[in-house]
Amino acid sequence: MAGVLGTSIKRREDPALITGRGKYTDDLLVEGMAHAAIVRSPYAHARIRGIDTSAAKTYPGVVAVLTARDVAAAGIPGMVPVGWLLPDLKTPAHPMIAADTVRHVGDAVAVVVAEDRYVARDAAERVAVDYEPLDAVADVVAALEDGAPAVHDDAPGNVAFDWEIGEKDPVDAAFAQAAHTVELDLRNNRLIPHAIEPRAALASYDSSTGVMTIHMTSQNPHVHRLLMTLASLGMPEHKVRIVAPEVGGGFGSKIHHYADEAIVGLCSLKLDRPVKWTATRTETNLTDAHGRDHSTHCAMAFDGDGRITGLRVDTKAAMGAYLSTFAPAVPTYLYGTLMSGQYDIPAIHCHVTGVFTHTAPVDAYRGAGRPEATFVVERLMHLAGEATGLGPIEVRKRNFVPADAFPYQTQVALAYDSGNYGPAMDRALEMIGYDDLCREQASRRGNGNGNGRRQMGIGFSSYIEACGLAPSAVVGSLGAQAGQWESADVRVHPTGSVTVYTGSSSHGQGHETTFSQIVADRLGVAPEAVEVIHGDTDLVQFGMGTYGSRSAAVGGSAIAGSVDKIIEKGKKIAAHLLEAAAEDLEYEDGSFRVAGSPDRALGLGDVALQAYLAHNYPDDLEPGLSATTFYDPANFTYPFGTHVCVVEVDTETGSIELLRYAAVDDVGNVINPMIVDGQLHGGLAQGIGQALWENAVYDDSGQLVSGSLMDYALPKIHNLIPFELDRTTTPCPHNPLGVKGVGEAGAIASPPAVVNAVVDALKPFGVTHIDMPLTPEKVWRAVNAD
Amino acid sequence: MTVSIQLEVNGKPVQAEVEPRRLLVHFLREDLGLTGANIGCETSLCGACTILVDGSAVKSCTMLAAQADGAAVTTIEGLARNGELHPLQDGFWEKHGLQCGYCTPGMILSANYLLEQNPSPSDEEIREGLKGNICRCTGYHNIVEAVKYAAERMS
Repeated sequence: MAGVLGTSIKRREDPALITGRGKYTDDLLVEGMAHAAIVRSPYAHARIRGIDTSAAKTYPGVVAVLTARDVAAAGIPGMVPVGWLLPDLKTPAHPMIAADTVRHVGDAVAVVVAEDRYVARDAAERVAVDYEPLDAVADVVAALEDGAPAVHDDAPGNVAFDWEIGEKDPVDAAFAQAAHTVELDLRNNRLIPHAIEPRAALASYDSSTGVMTIHMTSQNPHVHRLLMTLASLGMPEHKVRIVAPEVGGGFGSKIHHYADEAIVGLCSLKLDRPVKWTATRTETNLTDAHGRDHSTHCAMAFDGDGRITGLRVDTKAAMGAYLSTFAPAVPTYLYGTLMSGQYDIPAIHCHVTGVFTHTAPVDAYRGAGRPEATFVVERLMHLAGEATGLGPIEVRKRNFVPADAFPYQTQVALAYDSGNYGPAMDRALEMIGYDDLCREQASRRGNGNGNGRRQMGIGFSSYIEACGLAPSAVVGSLGAQAGQWESADVRVHPTGSVTVYTGSSSHGQGHETTFSQIVADRLGVAPEAVEVIHGDTDLVQFGMGTYGSRSAAVGGSAIAGSVDKIIEKGKKIAAHLLEAAAEDLEYEDGSFRVAGSPDRALGLGDVALQAYLAHNYPDDLEPGLSATTFYDPANFTYPFGTHVCVVEVDTETGSIELLRYAAVDDVGNVINPMIVDGQLHGGLAQGIGQALWENAVYDDSGQLVSGSLMDYALPKIHNLIPFELDRTTTPCPHNPLGVKGVGEAGAIASPPAVVNAVVDALKPFGVTHIDMPLTPEKVWRAVNAD
Repeated sequence: MTVSIQLEVNGKPVQAEVEPRRLLVHFLREDLGLTGANIGCETSLCGACTILVDGSAVKSCTMLAAQADGAAVTTIEGLARNGELHPLQDGFWEKHGLQCGYCTPGMILSANYLLEQNPSPSDEEIREGLKGNICRCTGYHNIVEAVKYAAERMS
């Protein structure tokens, strides 16, 4: 159907959600269901001397209390695996339930199952665990110091991996000959993803069939089934069904395979009845994989013309107590490979040390490695604007990869497919009214002694991201244990309506709407004639799920591939029915037509009906009209853009007010502009949140100080401002839709834009850097530093 | 031990025996099957569980069911009338004011309370009025647009 692609169709997901009829995991109430409460370690590091479950077991209403002994007795693998290996990666065991040692606050030590959720909690408090507290280390730098408490005996020095990319010698040579250099020591603050729906699972084992069904908060049900099968429950894969009902946000946190969902599965298996567990906010904050947490030294070298000659990065990246599903990939292949940013950099070297700490694991969170890389590059570019005297715009423009240089091979493995960076920056400058802002800034700086109370700052961020996690051969060579393709099964029903089964798994992104638009456009049917099914391992044959801004570029392309196959098959059927040659058939607006004979045509429904009735049907074709595609892309996609943030800083109180935020993004072709803008808005809020407010803080003993929403500052509606968005469009050249991905752009681009703006505002005070989050106290101290 | 409560939920009388400690949100979700009110934080901070109690926006995760004795409660399930969406529901749909939808019932009911108090709020007043409800998906941009859309249609 023409005109459906690129149109802001209202979301079909919404009617259920705005009326309270959408069913999230905790909404599911089934007959005979018991409730689980997980007993967690209050210590960051302790030896378990013993566990006395007797008081809990005899508490009225309690069905069972399980510990690590029961995992062992069940004869299941009982482990939580890591899914991405690096050379020489240390992979200490991560038991589903800790047996003898706990390694972070929140580590599971027992589970109580009761008839009622209140009783389960009551009884959980009656499980007496005899702990011998041990020294703990929560800080990524402190964990590497001599004599730091060891998180795992089999990871000496708390080093999980030591990884590098790029060439060191050319970088050293560039610095030796540099006309200008800039350098920075920074912390990329630890974040808690905070999907508003806490993680939850409802496991229902049916002993009559031997099938385990787990409804859970998942971004990738098939990946969860695979890991649950292989490492945790040990059940055959065909006897496990994972269903993701409505999922209330993920942002990466619901990619990973955690102990808790496996524990609930074990409970149901053992008790042969449905068992549900829903995390409290505190539990989810203690156990969801956190994001970021880097300590980095970085430096950039320039020649006399302000061209970048070298980039050096050394990062200590926290892994937490155990390696989570994708954890090793995040600060390496999703970080070091992004260090060229939008720039033509002839020499780059990035060294990363992965570090175990007595904290919650760290893994992919919106952007996953790419925000950290962008922060390094764009903070350095801000400093470079000052050091070279070129200012923030010219220093960037002078170093942009030129539009005629694509495909562009970086020094850090990635080859950018397409890009045109100048126009996005020019448009951002135009939107924000840069010249007027500069005049306003100069006037404030000229106030009184030159340091007026309310200073204004303008910050830039010209970012690149690698989206659409792919391709399998590349990610496999980089250590992934799974390919990064996506599958789609498209079935045309005998009446011509269509059902799509996709391996992407929506949790707020609007896949059902967007994917129906892809089919409607390509197959010439109304979007309403297309049903989209996802999030159920029994319905969808296999899928990699939704993360890494991959659903449209990889999942959408798989759907497009299946539609194309259907059209090809349909042509053969139509050719037979119309007594024409298949190669003479054209497909347009839902009809198969003989070229040059417009009256010889059959609608999709006519052909589909024959495909299933098969009464008058070509001999050499199988009946049916459906097609499956496993789409494995040729490359990542590379969205880009320039963001500009304008802030006012009260130099007496240190408080920051956001004045403007303009973003020009190039995400390739756009399927549904309304949804694309919404994705950008959400990413911006999370990135601005990281820059200004959010911080997961552990104290020296490994207690999570910011474990609830009373201590962890999520962006609220009155903290934020309207966002000013625009786009340039440079289609992706290697996928059939020309789309790139948009889910993470806002979170990747915005932290350096905000910090650069604040540092720019404080230039009269000699401030060159403040670590995120930019709390009033930190800003005040920076202003008042000697 | 239980206590006896009588209340009105979405216009219908309800009578129940509840444990004194039972939270109103659990009573609504598990005893009445009204799962529209969601639980996001248990500390009155995220607002996903917001409902209307005698017309006021209340976070049902920190109110006991026993305290609702004699009250008139409206949940998201009771907002549409005669099959017709409330203008706020329409606004959230029209303006893409939701993504995952988890905060949405609470957000809509808080906005409903806001518009009862102030039928034509400014952008700033909308942002002030909804600061007890956290959304992690939308960046709030379109939530403001959705409330403005509803306010115009309700005036």
